[in-house]
Amino acid sequence: MEHRIGVFVCHCGSNIAGVVDVKRVAKQLADYPGVAYSTDYLYMCSDPGQNMVKDAIKEHNLTGVVVSACSPTLHEATFRRAGAAADLNQYRVEMANIREHCSWVHRGDKEKATEKAIKIIKTMIEKVKQNEALEPISVPMTHRALVVGGGIAGIQAALDIANAGHDVVLVEKTPSVGGHMAQLSETFPTLDCSQCILTPKMVEVSQHPRIKLLTYCEIDDVSGYVGNFKVRIKKKAAYVNRDICNGCGLCVEKCPRTVASEFEEGLATRKAIYTPFAQAVPNKPVLDRDNCIYFESGKCGICQKICPVDAVDYEQTDEFLEEEVGAIVVATGFDLYPIVNIGEYGGGSIEDVVTSLQFERLLSASGPTGGEVRRPSDGEIPKEVVFLTCVGSRDPENHVSYCSKVCCMYLTKHAMLYKHNVHDGQAYVFYMDVRTGGKGYEEFYQRATEEDDVLYVRGKVSKVFEEDGKVMVWGVDTLTGRKVEIAADLVVLGLAMVPNSTAVELSKKLKIQVSEWGFYSEAHPKLRPVESLAPGFYLAGAAQGPKDIPDAVAQASASASKVCALFSEKEYHREPIVAWIDEDECSGCKVCISVCPYDAIEFDSQKGISRIQEAICEGCGACIAACPSATIQQRNLTDSQLYKMVSAALED
Amino acid sequence: MFEPKIICFFCKWCTYAGADLAGTSRKQYAPNGVVLRVNCSGRIDPQHILWAFREGADGVLIGGCHPGDCHYQDGNYNTMRRVSILKPMLEALGIESERLCLDWISAAEGDKVVRVMNEFVETVRDLGPLDLDLADRLSGAEAPESAEVVGQES
Repeated sequence: MEHRIGVFVCHCGSNIAGVVDVKRVAKQLADYPGVAYSTDYLYMCSDPGQNMVKDAIKEHNLTGVVVSACSPTLHEATFRRAGAAADLNQYRVEMANIREHCSWVHRGDKEKATEKAIKIIKTMIEKVKQNEALEPISVPMTHRALVVGGGIAGIQAALDIANAGHDVVLVEKTPSVGGHMAQLSETFPTLDCSQCILTPKMVEVSQHPRIKLLTYCEIDDVSGYVGNFKVRIKKKAAYVNRDICNGCGLCVEKCPRTVASEFEEGLATRKAIYTPFAQAVPNKPVLDRDNCIYFESGKCGICQKICPVDAVDYEQTDEFLEEEVGAIVVATGFDLYPIVNIGEYGGGSIEDVVTSLQFERLLSASGPTGGEVRRPSDGEIPKEVVFLTCVGSRDPENHVSYCSKVCCMYLTKHAMLYKHNVHDGQAYVFYMDVRTGGKGYEEFYQRATEEDDVLYVRGKVSKVFEEDGKVMVWGVDTLTGRKVEIAADLVVLGLAMVPNSTAVELSKKLKIQVSEWGFYSEAHPKLRPVESLAPGFYLAGAAQGPKDIPDAVAQASASASKVCALFSEKEYHREPIVAWIDEDECSGCKVCISVCPYDAIEFDSQKGISRIQEAICEGCGACIAACPSATIQQRNLTDSQLYKMVSAALED
Repeated sequence: MFEPKIICFFCKWCTYAGADLAGTSRKQYAPNGVVLRVNCSGRIDPQHILWAFREGADGVLIGGCHPGDCHYQDGNYNTMRRVSILKPMLEALGIESERLCLDWISAAEGDKVVRVMNEFVETVRDLGPLDLDLADRLSGAEAPESAEVVGQES
């Protein structure tokens, strides 16, 4: 076949053209073997740019296209569509990444960057020369979604998908849905009671006919691919048969063992058999084996004796459930940065230095103090309260580098609610910057300073220590340059949000990417913010990065709409970049079968050969590298293509 | 100064994305490597590596997902085994095994792309240009034919 390749070199404004001599690149490649047309343009991805590609395909009868621009992650799909619109098979369109891999990283040497860009493009010209015209592979799809995490983001995503008519499995690792939002007192900037806006949704999710709610469960294993995931879910032993439990609460009442309550952030106790909080959904207890007298000594057994429906079962073990789903929404939320890591502020050692979530509980009408602010050490009402922002966050030397985004706002809310609670008290907020981006947020902050007399001090606190029953806070007001010393009754740390402790482990099971700090990575920070790069996985809430409730809900709804868009088709169309076996050459040694992680290769014992099932093959290429007779190849990334690409990259 | 030619095989899910991140973060590094994108580092056959040396590469850098993080479950373990078998064979051919580098770089590690690339370029620069004539003399075989033998998987 005669090759007629078109090369389109993008300036990307000055992103590429500011470093790479794009004119020279286009001119030089016009003479490269097989190239029929070569040009450059300011923005290839724009409408005129795409039209240039379409027109050139027709005018020059192109057999392949190499768009030399940004990473294929960004615009491969764009240009494939453009190619297809001009009747060029979409798999004959390739991207040469001369931005992320060249102009952006070699700004200091324009000559070398230009030479490298030419080499990169040559490799892709060689690749596209041998690309086959392919069609996506259609496979059946399970129109059912899994949502991992039952906080507000997971709840919203599950409800939206279910309301669109698809079945949802919602998995939550704790005994109740609700997440951190259930712990909050009132929410900025409207001061809605958190429980009032959350609990109806918790009930809805548990009663929705299309939602299967699995609390006290964890994801054990995920296999398969978009449209056809198989999920193994561990149903942790609750030692209570929650199907027959009627939630009467007698067992909880009579249990003699008390331990610190996770929900109350250690400010109150719970029993060894417990529901995390009064409004829990489902409102049925679980037994905490590690703290149970029966499991320690074989004695007690009160809960079992008293249960009127015989739901307590000490013999219960972990169970495993299998679910089939087509898409997965990951909404595993956040934890607070550990307070014990903040030794300089007395974190973990001074009782009246509390976390922001502890303070939420002190403000909450359902909290351990019934909504009266009382400090943990002696139950007194604190008259001087200091709130510290950026604790752990924006501190790359010692803790985490990023801004936690919500702390400025919730500490403002804390200070305001404290003042509503303790009228003669004084609230101080130490800040680096007050970041109030959001609808009504700046106005909220202004209200705190003007109407509630919250005192904002610009500066970082150097030291927090105990002295004469007070918590001494030493800092500097950097606006006046003066030292500030406050004898506080209570100090609240606006701790950084970090990913939930299970997030990284889960990412390994799901095979999706996490960013530097363990937040799940989106496919593109601006244009694909709720999808993982791995197809079929969607991200919602603080698992993707610190965010407040409105943003978490918006992202959850966005994820849900992406899932619904995926489910709008009957079948899923997969990339056809799969492996294939030349049946005439196969010796039937079965090495490929032993390395395939997907059991995608079957052995035809009659013919004595192996055969790849295209619908299952993921295109990893393990079998190709393992095949001793080079009989297996990958569509559009054959060994022959790789050899040519290597040679092209090394050509002088 | 000698400018080594480097071929980089980066897996699509981790290292290629890490190199994209280095770009988005405008990190600067040596321009000696040209990246070829493969779905998985496990796609890389020792023959591809030998071919690169034959075609004039002074070094070959393979980047894959960290152990346990492979998008395809365990493809990177295959890579690890292949590379460790190939390295002594390279030595036998008279090619310093340091010219082949395998490292794990995740999509979040733009910094590591920069560090690994720069360090590898310097390592290869110190070794000097690959003298394949010497390799031929030592092995008594043409490089591509050796490739056929080494490429077989036990």
